[in-house]
Amino acid sequence: MTIPVRIPTPLRKLTQNQEVVEAEGATIRELIESLERTYPGLKERICDEQDQIRRFVNVFLNDEDVRFLDESETAVKSGDEVSIVPAIAGG
Amino acid sequence: MDKPRFFSHLRCRECGRHYAKEPVHVCEFDFGPLEAAYDYDAIGKSLTRKKILSRPRSMWRYRELLPLENEPTVGLHTGFTPLIRTRRLAERLGVEELYVKNDTVNYPTLSFKDRVVSVALSRARELRIDTVACASTGNLANSVAANAAAAGLRSFVLIPADLEPTKILGSLIFGTNVIGIQGAYDQVNRLCSEIAGKYHWGFVNVNLRPYYAEGSKTMGFEIIEQLGWRLPRHTVVCMASGSLLTKIHKSFQEFTKLGLVEAGEFSIYGAQAVGCSPVTTAIKNNTEIVKPVAKPHTIAKSLSIGTPADGYYAIRTMKETGGAAEDCTDEEIIDAIKLLAETEGIFAETAGGVTVACAQKLIERGCIPRNESIVLCITGHGLKTQEAVIDKIGQAKLIRPNLREFETLFEHAIKTI
Repeated sequence: MTIPVRIPTPLRKLTQNQEVVEAEGATIRELIESLERTYPGLKERICDEQDQIRRFVNVFLNDEDVRFLDESETAVKSGDEVSIVPAIAGG
Repeated sequence: MDKPRFFSHLRCRECGRHYAKEPVHVCEFDFGPLEAAYDYDAIGKSLTRKKILSRPRSMWRYRELLPLENEPTVGLHTGFTPLIRTRRLAERLGVEELYVKNDTVNYPTLSFKDRVVSVALSRARELRIDTVACASTGNLANSVAANAAAAGLRSFVLIPADLEPTKILGSLIFGTNVIGIQGAYDQVNRLCSEIAGKYHWGFVNVNLRPYYAEGSKTMGFEIIEQLGWRLPRHTVVCMASGSLLTKIHKSFQEFTKLGLVEAGEFSIYGAQAVGCSPVTTAIKNNTEIVKPVAKPHTIAKSLSIGTPADGYYAIRTMKETGGAAEDCTDEEIIDAIKLLAETEGIFAETAGGVTVACAQKLIERGCIPRNESIVLCITGHGLKTQEAVIDKIGQAKLIRPNLREFETLFEHAIKTI
């Protein structure tokens, strides 16, 4: 299954400046593995040494932060969109 | 001779990589936040108490410790708000030495956000950015709108659509573009980071965040100076993203490092509302993992950030300084707003109520001792969140303009006291 993934500015050097790229997989983890195959180096930017999503990275499935779902095991289906968004300050 | 360079570069707080002084805010490697780094040797040679005292009473007295390359051009009158030694509030809370740092009267928009925006917009001009923007829970939007208007910059402020009407009005009046998003703050935030990537605007709390965040330090510098060049032993700060709390910590460390204040122990405490308490909950559960709050629900809308970007660092700051965290209900917020108003004549917004209510609980719990110096950071004016208290403070007593009616009313009032 092919899912569009929105790439934030700081990572676009790795995706030839593409804002949205396609990834294959049925879960967030599989999508990240698929991105790594197409764009080597992406995974270590998103996941830490323990394979967890990094502290300052938010991954959204449609409008929901995957931390509220099943984190990297969250299932994705056709028609979904995934966004990778750095955490930012508020006020 | 070249001017000394005080602000040297940006640095990732996670991995320490260096970055150029551009509109960038996250580390390309691990998304860690970038932070301004300084040449403290150069600053140490230049900045003295005497020099600070000779300058105008604004946040720019500490200019060497702010991330600009030239002199500031926006918000020249911001800061140096009163630090008030409270008598009546101290008595009510049962403590000996209690101060209020009163940013309800900050210039020009009555909240501490004027500090961060003054730095962010001054830096935006240095970077030749002509359009500035922000994701905001209200106060930041007001300040961006006002300061951008005065600086002649185009501005866009993006806010959750359900904010207090007074806060929306407080942006609209300045002729900015107000965009209400049908969603929570965290969704506004997410949209803003996507817009920032696409439009190359200066989002004060996105791509200008390393500059913006440093402005908060001036609240801490002022506290030290106004206490007579002394560190407060205990400081209580309300938390949304947690940024202010971490920057007050940094300000105390910087003044200590530069010898502007004698080294000493200090503890920093964080306050949140029960309806949005991801950071205080993590502290109470003794974990560093901040679980986001999906749907914040509290009258303290200015603190309603479910995914606090600096939550992790705020937790570390509280732990390292021997501080603690507390949260309070909406009812406690209203009682605390009234308490501060009735004892000290200071009308704080809901976030200020959070600070006072939580300080009270921390004192009662024994976390903050009653005989040491305590500073409460009050960050915004109550007129901005009138909606929260409008039904809780009674109404004017109406009479016709004659003395008899007044006397009847007065006798009645005396009887009911």
